[in-house]
Amino acid sequence: MSLIFNRKIFEDIEKEHGAWQEKLDRVFEANPERLKRFSTVSDREIKRIYTPEDIRDQDFSDDIGFPGEYPFTRGAQPSMYRGRLWTMRMFAGLGSAYDTNRRFHLLVNQGQTGLSTAFDMPTLMGYDSDSPKARGECGRCGVAIDTLKDMEDLFEGLPIDRITTSMTINPPAAVIWAMYIVMAEKRGIKRDIIGGTIQNDMLKEFIAQKTFMCPPDSSVRIITDTVEYGTLEVPRWNTISISGYHIREAGSTAVQELAFTLADGIAYTQHAIERGLDVDAFAPRFSFFFNSHLDFFEEIAKFRAARRMWARIMKERFRAKDPRSWWLRFHTQTAGCSLTAQQPYNNVVRTALQALAAVLGGTQSLHTNSLDEVLALPTEEAATIALRTQQIIAEESGVTNTIDPLGGSYCVEALTNQLEEEAFEIIRKIDDMGGMLAAIEKNYPQQEIADSAYHYQRLVDEKQKTVVGLNKYVTDEKLKVDILEIDEELERLQIEKTGRIRNERDNSMVEQCLEKVAEACSGSRNVMGPLIEAVRAYATLQEICDVFRNVFGEYRDPGIY
Amino acid sequence: MAQKRKVRIMVAKPGLDGHDRGARIIARAYRDAGFEVIYTGLHQTPEEIVEAAIQEDVDMIGLSSLAGAHKYLFPRVLEILREKGAEDIVVCGGGIFPEEDIAALKKAGIKEIFTPGSSLDEIVKWVEDNIKPR
Repeated sequence: MSLIFNRKIFEDIEKEHGAWQEKLDRVFEANPERLKRFSTVSDREIKRIYTPEDIRDQDFSDDIGFPGEYPFTRGAQPSMYRGRLWTMRMFAGLGSAYDTNRRFHLLVNQGQTGLSTAFDMPTLMGYDSDSPKARGECGRCGVAIDTLKDMEDLFEGLPIDRITTSMTINPPAAVIWAMYIVMAEKRGIKRDIIGGTIQNDMLKEFIAQKTFMCPPDSSVRIITDTVEYGTLEVPRWNTISISGYHIREAGSTAVQELAFTLADGIAYTQHAIERGLDVDAFAPRFSFFFNSHLDFFEEIAKFRAARRMWARIMKERFRAKDPRSWWLRFHTQTAGCSLTAQQPYNNVVRTALQALAAVLGGTQSLHTNSLDEVLALPTEEAATIALRTQQIIAEESGVTNTIDPLGGSYCVEALTNQLEEEAFEIIRKIDDMGGMLAAIEKNYPQQEIADSAYHYQRLVDEKQKTVVGLNKYVTDEKLKVDILEIDEELERLQIEKTGRIRNERDNSMVEQCLEKVAEACSGSRNVMGPLIEAVRAYATLQEICDVFRNVFGEYRDPGIY
Repeated sequence: MAQKRKVRIMVAKPGLDGHDRGARIIARAYRDAGFEVIYTGLHQTPEEIVEAAIQEDVDMIGLSSLAGAHKYLFPRVLEILREKGAEDIVVCGGGIFPEEDIAALKKAGIKEIFTPGSSLDEIVKWVEDNIKPR
């Protein structure tokens, strides 16, 4: 026990606080406060002032401690940014594999230290570019990947033995990962060398992002296959990026983002343990992904609370013994939903503040949104400004000189405690329902998020929440930013390319491979081995995903609003 | 005298785009405004949307798109409505669209387009002013 405050001091502090309060009440009697209620973007009420009284039971070693030490409130690693800056990882994907490859080279040449891939909608949903369902969508909001050939072209000339690659892909994550593994292998880079992340978090898809293919239980089964395979074969790969980002973008509050994300993490851990894996064998490769929204202190508190909660969950609930199972490492993206189409240059400032919160919260990697992302995929110029924003925070602002500079702030510590307490309450509710899969079937998280999103929209409409340039400080100016256009020709070219591959490959080999995939899906054999053979034979993404859909069935959106 | 029928609106998500925050908020705002609302859920083909709209006998379809495929999907919905002789169903759109696409969509027959920053009141009022139960 190492209580921060000696109990004796509170008598004096309470007295002084009372006297100050009285003085203040008189001031506000004459001139009332600016607002009736001061609250965060999540509508959490914030007090006038925080004092030692708000963290009177805080124990330094148990609750705060040192970075890299349990419960990791102050940071995942002991050295934090004194050792190495966070990975500057800009999410990019547009048009064809060639187009995106060009953007990757540009970002790496500008000093970016990791790659992050955005796929187009057909790829995300497991359809090829020539599927009738893909009409009009090819390459529009990311890169189109149909076969191993596209994957080879995407990473052509990039040093994937030295930099890590993140791929934002969910229902077909196992297939895309298999393509990446084979692509690297063909370049002579073994699977125990490659490092990176597949998002591979289906629970949050049902909850928020809504790209889905098969029902929840089958989806989790495939994910557990990837966790098992990664643990045994691809030791430097993060097999799931347990994501709160999309939950927040869908309109949740900060505490809902925190609670639902960690509850998803609990579900994945539970399934991997039930598969027979030792928690300390796989848990160190779980990574997390959070949103950094507008409310500065609430966000910093959320990141700190997330680390502490996960450490406690892993140690106390799952009895993990390896400290690397306890630590929560996370990627952050600034809040796309906070950006406005009106006066788009203001978005640079919003993003800078959100990025700063992520850094003060101790993120391991960061994507900063471009000012034009509310309108279209970012232009090169806009993406460069967003990357420069991170570099200015890292190398000019001085905030990276000391670790967890806000640790010990009465306000930030009190908010950290509050968020932890409330999030654990929500997790208990989910446990009572029978876990996250059961909660999703009851539409519990979906409905909670819909309620929060609607509540926030009403606050904005009623001007109780200010959005600069949208409901206050409005001007008539028309936007003047350049917008990235995706060439209409792309769809035709991509369809041709995939058609050519279908003609040139050994089709009976593809058939055999797909049968093996089907067998693995119907039985209990890990599906990764057959997937690797199928993509090596140039089976297309959709051919493989159709096998998934045939065996497991398709999930339909329940359409909750 | 028979009570006047309420305005019936279908909020629909065509294509593969999963961004449904806007569509669901709009559906709820329409419902709170007293309209009858049918929300299709995600990942609907234009054919499915039109079929459901005719079956549900709606007065208006609100299409939502935030992933850039509106240029194909929105006009396609109009085309199928015409093929089925249901062109009296008004079609509106909401989401993220470059300026020049908005003009093209309106020209194609999308009656109104709402973009980020439109208030719920404004969106509801437009229906009150422009849509009469058929």
